[in-house]
Amino acid sequence: MAMEAEKYQIDLGNLMAYDPSHHFQPLPLSREELSKQCLEKGTELVQGVVNALFSLPSTEDLDGPIVRLPEPSMRLPREKHLPRPKPPTKWELFAKMKGIKNHKKDKRVFDEQTGTWKRRYGYDRVNDDRDVPIIEAKMTDEPGEDPFSKRKDEKKKRVDKQEKNRLQNLKQAFKAGDLPSHIQLAATALPITGTQKVIPKKASKEELEGVAGMAATATASGGKFDKKLPGEKPAKHTGKHRKFLPVVEGKGMGAQEKQQTEKILNKLMARSSHDILDVDRAVTMFNVKKEKQRKREKEVSVSSTSNKLKSKKKTFKRPSKKKQ
Amino acid sequence: MMKIKTPKTLKAKRALDKRAPKLVENAKKTLILHGTKTSYVLNAVLAQIFHLKKGLAVKFSRKNENIRPFESSGETSLEFFSLKTDCSFFVFGSHSKKRPNNLILGRMYDHHIYDLVEVGVENFNPIESFKYDKKIAPRQGSKPFFAFIGENFESVDELKHLKEVLLDHFRGEIVENLNLTGVDRAFVCTAISSTTVSFKHCAIRLKKSGTSIPRIELIEVGPSMDLVVRRHRLPNEAVKKQAMKAAPTQPRKIKNVSRDEVKGKIGKIYMPDQQVGGLALSNNIKGLKRERREGKTKDKRDDHDPSKKMRTEESQ
Repeated sequence: MAMEAEKYQIDLGNLMAYDPSHHFQPLPLSREELSKQCLEKGTELVQGVVNALFSLPSTEDLDGPIVRLPEPSMRLPREKHLPRPKPPTKWELFAKMKGIKNHKKDKRVFDEQTGTWKRRYGYDRVNDDRDVPIIEAKMTDEPGEDPFSKRKDEKKKRVDKQEKNRLQNLKQAFKAGDLPSHIQLAATALPITGTQKVIPKKASKEELEGVAGMAATATASGGKFDKKLPGEKPAKHTGKHRKFLPVVEGKGMGAQEKQQTEKILNKLMARSSHDILDVDRAVTMFNVKKEKQRKREKEVSVSSTSNKLKSKKKTFKRPSKKKQ
Repeated sequence: MMKIKTPKTLKAKRALDKRAPKLVENAKKTLILHGTKTSYVLNAVLAQIFHLKKGLAVKFSRKNENIRPFESSGETSLEFFSLKTDCSFFVFGSHSKKRPNNLILGRMYDHHIYDLVEVGVENFNPIESFKYDKKIAPRQGSKPFFAFIGENFESVDELKHLKEVLLDHFRGEIVENLNLTGVDRAFVCTAISSTTVSFKHCAIRLKKSGTSIPRIELIEVGPSMDLVVRRHRLPNEAVKKQAMKAAPTQPRKIKNVSRDEVKGKIGKIYMPDQQVGGLALSNNIKGLKRERREGKTKDKRDDHDPSKKMRTEESQ
């Protein structure tokens, strides 16, 4: 094992050996040669590590000798962040301030009410409400009150208060970034403001996708160049796609622009014609005019002889009822 | 309105605690997946890498079109999978005309991408193409040796990064105590040129030598491939600093042991106080309940006589 010339860097914690001083001959080596050389060098390096490994103090075990590996010299990054210190709860802060120490409590306590040993909390517990047979009336009690239900209500209030405090402590821990791993805080509903009886329901996926599009219309370019969050899909074009005519018309397409404008005009005229032109009325008016003209021509020809006796003719024009 | 969600079963709680950030971490798992197009070679490579890391890897079989680790928005899917499967390493294979047989080896920190190395696989030889004695085949989960050869590993930035990534990926579980009879594999990585690394997986055969230290023989066993480094992304400096922060280690305290010149090694044993409050309640022990006791004694009386009768008959 000629190790004098090369000095390896051995990392026992990782069982690694690195030879920084080996030079490979330039490429004309064939693949098999290269492979053989790699294996030879590899053997030398691994031998070096094994020498170092076997020289460590070992303890005998059933399966074989066990060595205690040292710390790896090549440090590798962690997988997750270091656990952050939990912020102290409100009670812990208070206890620290007052100097209250936590004493270990017994699980079994002697119950004065029943005269037996009972648990401090849980199934068969001390000071249970159900064990109290008689509550003596005090001078301060009102006649219609039920002391048993009062006790129950007080307990319920204490439990609710404790639950609220626990939630507050967890919220503080969440803000500090160190919620215990098995607890999650979930928002069940939006807070009830005022007399809002209708609880707004959770927005669905489609609604949320639509909201971004609606908000985008506030920008001048319609949200086209807004910075997108990672993973956000590009906005869907809802509605019609406009079709634009080509700038330069090719051969064989005659007068597309003319067609387009004609189409538009026809639509306009057709739609508005119902308001302006009443066909029947127009026909009758035309006929009446024509008849009058004929009459006038007749009379002119008849009355051309007697002008003096001619009375002024009253021309009865039908009052034109203008449509409003 | 906030609701506190806690797991309803102990099993769920244990599973969540396993994934929580700890001082001493679990072995990192690897996620193996591929993109829109893979080649024959790449499929074999991914399958064999999965085989090498059997207990600590998860292999996805579907193609993933929207994963592009080097692009800014192409990694959300990867991070999601990493979160769900609790994997901090990933091996992403894809094949295209521009980058044939492409393999991206990546690491995650807090389920966000930490760093990436993109390599191309050339001259791949699968496990089946090597002939060796099956008795020396390395066992699953054994801790491997590493041998890195070539000065390019120090001088070229990309190869330095690749060395770290390869070491991290194939290291296996981090153990304190190692059984010397259980070492049977080695990875040999040689920097052939300034961009290529030849990667070989070998089994170790220990041979008798004169001294107590055995002689090593390497027999090529597993997949061998040439990795051509294409691109790489180093980790962000701030993230790197955070990730490399070591947990504050306390020296192991050996308590209640002292040495004396006359007597030698002395240990102290403390007897704990008797806990009167922690005794079981005597009136509630199952075995002492009257009905059970009476039932038991009745059965015993019935059983005794026939068995005795039988024995006497047999002996005669």
